[in-house]
Amino acid sequence: MKCVFVTVGTTSFDDLIACVSAPDSLQKIESLGYNRLILQIGRGTVVPEPFSTESFTLDVYRYKDSLKEDIGKADLVISHAGAGSCLEALEKGKPLVVVINEKLMNNHQLELAKQLHKEGHLFYCTCSTLPGLLQSMDLSTLKCYPPGQPEKFSAFLDKVVGLQK
Amino acid sequence: MMCVLILAAAAGAVAAFLILRIWVVLRSRDFTPRESLSILVVAGSGGHTTEILRLLGSLSNAYSPRHYVIADADEMSANKINSFELDRADRDPNNMYTKYYIHRIPRSREVRQSWPSTVFTTLHSMWLSFPLIHQVKPDLVLCNGPGTCVPICVSALLLGILGIKKVIIVYVESVCRVETLSLSGKILFHLSDYFIVQWPALKEKYPKSVYLGRIV
Repeated sequence: MKCVFVTVGTTSFDDLIACVSAPDSLQKIESLGYNRLILQIGRGTVVPEPFSTESFTLDVYRYKDSLKEDIGKADLVISHAGAGSCLEALEKGKPLVVVINEKLMNNHQLELAKQLHKEGHLFYCTCSTLPGLLQSMDLSTLKCYPPGQPEKFSAFLDKVVGLQK
Repeated sequence: MMCVLILAAAAGAVAAFLILRIWVVLRSRDFTPRESLSILVVAGSGGHTTEILRLLGSLSNAYSPRHYVIADADEMSANKINSFELDRADRDPNNMYTKYYIHRIPRSREVRQSWPSTVFTTLHSMWLSFPLIHQVKPDLVLCNGPGTCVPICVSALLLGILGIKKVIIVYVESVCRVETLSLSGKILFHLSDYFIVQWPALKEKYPKSVYLGRIV
């Protein structure tokens, strides 16, 4: 059972959900060897109908308290550019495709996706280039992502606030 | 005529005093050694909350009690905070300092809200933030960029300006920001005691910031 997990985070990303659940996208995903697609759609208005056939299952939900489990069992994560979802997927060592929402104000999310792409940790695209990317990408070229170091932050903070050990 | 001049002079004096006061508050570094300190954490929504909880995860129990501020109706953040705190308590059953509180205030900006109306909603949140800060009187405010953190930090600064309490303001720019600061970041760069960035390009642009590498 190979699974693709699509997540849009707290808000909504209708274009992505519409694009990934279109019949030709579903066909492409299946032809790449995946047989399950899970969509986390947030407060979106595009709500694809879940279905299950012998060869393919589509699951749809709005929110869960934690996406950890779905990210954990995914073989490929397709995410909006939110830092939380991206970092969670990368830390779990999941191949990640970030889809940029071109409709967001001051699209600053691009910065992180571009940087992490430059460092070779993920693929990124827009809704319109997603089908092409799914076809052409080679997941084995992705580099693993070293975890962040929050302990450096706590050491710094302890020092500047004068905390005694 | 004389009246206007006197008024102008008075206004000028008040402004000068305020600026001096802000300068003094921002410059003062309180190095009194301490064993614990209360912390107020501004958890925005979605990714901001995830990021700030990662930072909190590394802090010892000396940072207690922990007060969280979330945008009201942001149940996802409330859930994340509750499970973070539960997890923390589980890992340390003897822990005496498991106290935490969640406070709710209106968002200062919805994702697609226009800038002019942002001014009004921000003023409104300011009106609600100050009583909260005044009630909690935290030793430290930690935030990472959701719109809500501007009125909270301004309120914290105001406590210092009024001579009620010097609150240490620590701003950690979101890891999303590689080359440019967020709007909150641009404002709080001038108002925070420690301004932390996570990418070298930002450290170059803002030499007064603190760069510790990627910390989330």
